[in-house]
Amino acid sequence: MEAFIKHFAAQFDDTEVSEFTSTTVFKDLEEWSSLMALSVIAMVDEEYGVKIKGEDIRNAKTIEDLYNVVKSKQ
Amino acid sequence: MNTFNPFSLEGKTILITGASSGIGKAIAIACSKMGASLLISGRNAPRLQETLLALEGDNHKQFIGDLTQTEILSAMLEEMPVIQGVVHSAGITKNLPFTFATGEKMEEIMAVNFFAPAELTRMLLKAKKLEKGSSIVFISSVSGVWCAAPGGSMYAASKGAINGLVKGLALDVAPKSIRVNCVNPGVIETHIFDEGIISPEQLEENKKQYPLKRFGTPEEVAFAVIYLLSDASAWVTGSNLLIDGGLTLQ
Repeated sequence: MEAFIKHFAAQFDDTEVSEFTSTTVFKDLEEWSSLMALSVIAMVDEEYGVKIKGEDIRNAKTIEDLYNVVKSKQ
Repeated sequence: MNTFNPFSLEGKTILITGASSGIGKAIAIACSKMGASLLISGRNAPRLQETLLALEGDNHKQFIGDLTQTEILSAMLEEMPVIQGVVHSAGITKNLPFTFATGEKMEEIMAVNFFAPAELTRMLLKAKKLEKGSSIVFISSVSGVWCAAPGGSMYAASKGAINGLVKGLALDVAPKSIRVNCVNPGVIETHIFDEGIISPEQLEENKKQYPLKRFGTPEEVAFAVIYLLSDASAWVTGSNLLIDGGLTLQ
């Protein structure tokens, strides 16, 4: 989970790393955008070899929600 | 009955790649209705068969195989007749922010969207399979020529490359009276986004950016291709025909 948060945070440029925890509601972050969603999808593919969809991002609220999706598809 | 039809494709044999789905399939069906004999190619055998069955008339052939493979390309060339037109509609898309666009991913998309159609065209010309007066049509995009989408740099690059190729190639084959053009569609309702990277909500949002408030249909691209294949466009070469519901006006 910690590694996932680290990879997730690495996609961002302006948001403080300390803001990323398992309970972070990532779509509320100011830096969140549709391009960021594409980055997260690409990161998950690159780091975990898992293909998630735009829909998975939409359905997830927190970083942990997304982590669980990735875990379930591994 | 004497009917006036400058767009007729009667007496022309046309090769269409990517004919098993989407834009390529619609082009094949529309061209058959205009009287063309078709050679359709695609990777998916059952789907290509479906296209073949949907064609009007019975003077059509199919060739199953991945045209990014040189041996498969050569095999197709060997068994095909001299033709009067080719439409390159095999294409893929990949949505990746540029920092993830590795050389490997770039090669994957360029292989299908650029190298395969370029090499097929080269081999058709070398083997003298394109008759004098033939028409070569590429399916490019608004992307890479007029605009781009976030995460779409690789796709844009592959389509921009096609646009460049069209111009240079048009000059090279003009002495043979062969014409080269491309159509540049905006987003067309096909299954190209089925992978789901772009969510249906985002696509709906995207639709609103079009002054005509919808995406295009594969048939609307096919009609433009018919024009470029027919003798109606006999003095048109090296052009990019924009079909985008007004997207790039603003």
